[in-house]
Amino acid sequence: MAGRFAVAETVYITLEKDNALAVVDGETGKLVTTAKVGKRPRGIVLSRDGKQLYVAASDDDAILVIDATSLRKVGTLPSGDDPETFAMDPDGKFLYVSNEDDNLVTVIDLVKRSKIKSIPVGVEPEGIAVSPDGRWVASTSETTNMVHWIDRAKLEVVDNTLVDPRPRAAAFTADSRQLWVTSEIAGALSVLDVESRQPVKRISFSIPGVTSEKIQPVGIRIDPQRRYGYVALGPANRVAVIDAQKLEVVTYLLVGQRVWNLEFSPDFKRLYTTNGASNDVSLINLEDHRVTRSIAVGNFPWGVVVRP
Amino acid sequence: MVVLVVLWALAAPWSAGWAKNIAAGQAARPVTLGSKRQQVTSINVALLTQARPERFRPYFDDPVTDAGSAGAQLAMADNNTTGQFTRQAFTLTEVRVDAGADVRPAFQRLMSEGLRLILVDLPADALRQLATVAGFDTVLIFDIGSRDDELRGKDCAANVMHTLPTRAMLADALGQYLLAKRWTKWLLVPGSHQGDQAFAAAVRRSARRFGAKIVAEKVWEYSFDERRTPESTVPVFTQGEEYDVLVVADEEGAFGDLLAYRTWLPRPVVGTQGLVPTAWHPTHEAWGALQLQSRFRERSGRWMGELDYGAWLAVRAIGEAATRTHSSDFTVLRDYLLSEQFTLAGFKGVPLSFRRWDRQLRQPVLLAQPRSLVAVAPVDGIIHPKNELDTLGYDESESACQAAR
Repeated sequence: MAGRFAVAETVYITLEKDNALAVVDGETGKLVTTAKVGKRPRGIVLSRDGKQLYVAASDDDAILVIDATSLRKVGTLPSGDDPETFAMDPDGKFLYVSNEDDNLVTVIDLVKRSKIKSIPVGVEPEGIAVSPDGRWVASTSETTNMVHWIDRAKLEVVDNTLVDPRPRAAAFTADSRQLWVTSEIAGALSVLDVESRQPVKRISFSIPGVTSEKIQPVGIRIDPQRRYGYVALGPANRVAVIDAQKLEVVTYLLVGQRVWNLEFSPDFKRLYTTNGASNDVSLINLEDHRVTRSIAVGNFPWGVVVRP
Repeated sequence: MVVLVVLWALAAPWSAGWAKNIAAGQAARPVTLGSKRQQVTSINVALLTQARPERFRPYFDDPVTDAGSAGAQLAMADNNTTGQFTRQAFTLTEVRVDAGADVRPAFQRLMSEGLRLILVDLPADALRQLATVAGFDTVLIFDIGSRDDELRGKDCAANVMHTLPTRAMLADALGQYLLAKRWTKWLLVPGSHQGDQAFAAAVRRSARRFGAKIVAEKVWEYSFDERRTPESTVPVFTQGEEYDVLVVADEEGAFGDLLAYRTWLPRPVVGTQGLVPTAWHPTHEAWGALQLQSRFRERSGRWMGELDYGAWLAVRAIGEAATRTHSSDFTVLRDYLLSEQFTLAGFKGVPLSFRRWDRQLRQPVLLAQPRSLVAVAPVDGIIHPKNELDTLGYDESESACQAAR
């Protein structure tokens, strides 16, 4: 099965309601294939060597290890119950998994494929991110409304920061100095200073003709130079473009319906969005911030990764 | 009168396992604390309920003996999970009074034990009586069960918060949806009980607000005997009227379910049966609601009901105030709960908050049939100058409540 598709840039999208993975050729913007995986696939991460995909099959209570070329399942990881989102170490050795129903973050050793530790956090852990310098794992809890700062060396919560209601995604800047956190209910983005672990800026979103309750910020991507950050606004059907230095909204880009998660192309020239309600992926050209294409992929696209 | 007092204090999460883990038979686990190692303070909450005669229950509905209580306990567990990071411990004292008994002695006893945050699920008249107890205004009450608009109107009190939607809010949710469907000719069928009449009044008010016409109103008389069947009675009862939709007001569930599919004309049934406006429903899964549904079901072995949701909201409101103010002090918590800053995430996609004019928690209302969620009100296109949630129920200019202003 190796070499079944050979394209310059491969986009993998989890389809929550199809129990499947969609594969899109980033060059042509065409759906290449769809492969059945586990039940209710959501979070997805690519291994550092680009050979394997880790996919949270929430209703199978497992993270599946999938060969990125053959799309065959080659193993499972002991993720704990109902895994949804997870993040990988900079060196690719550990995964940190949010177990929403158990108020835990599970740490998995990828080499041994075994659970190292379960770390108690607040109610309904959701967003999770590892700082690029490897110092922190940040976990957000949706009902406790906190960012829990897990010291990666000790694997313990050492500090907590109260944030706006229902925090969803978390993302570190490339220099590990800021953590960005979206709040679904407040309709806002909080920027935290990692050193003090305190908020330094709160960015609200406002779109003419869109009621505030439709603005539910979720996925975040920030470019490595920290020129722009991008925030998916859920049922507002927009991606907010943020000046990552001034921390101000530059513009809103109209994409598909209920935009959930975002991913850069390897050269950072394009951004892919998963649109859960319109069953497609939007392609944004980042040189001029224009939405250039939408690609039908299947039912309830959720997570997205891109392999060079 | 028998007063049953159950002290249900959750084990402090840093000294023992959490309730959920104990229930699951897992070993207790140590919990990492935040960097601030200040003293643990406790926030003590009470739940005062009164037994009521069971409403009509068909054999296929399981009896529920812990309605409300189970929701409060889940929210206590949620609060205590958060409390491990804020060094706050929450306890719940539950008191149940016999049907028909005076609730005031039990209320007084809670106050004498120092409890000042008190959830109540009481008949409207019993709730009114609490206001005559000395020291009533020194506590904060959360009404988790009533639908009574007068308790938020002319009989309101400055220290009574209400967490479930009123009849007017429910009827308005239905009215908005029927307006959106252009089903504006209603046949209103109330029962003769007090609650049925109150819901019918809310439906009439909603018809006026949303431009619907009640083409006829026919009171259901519960006049079945052995020789009359729903098959023969309902067609005749509904014959002769031209209407789009039948709106039934039967809070006891005594006859409303007999109407659908038996009317003279083929018309949908909405109201207390059929398509129902409700605060919470098993079919509601959006905005993270599935997580709350799952957590509740895992603990309680049944689906979360409206009363459970009302109790969950009240205990979480207290927890949210404690987290945001970093305080366990009653006055600080009360002032924050009554302030404009307070908002609560209630799994309905928008922040919930208390209306300052009548202490009612503003919230979306679900419109559901037994196995499917049909819509959520406020429906698209309904607008309000300040907050669209205030299109449901009595807005500031309409409220008869003076005490809370």
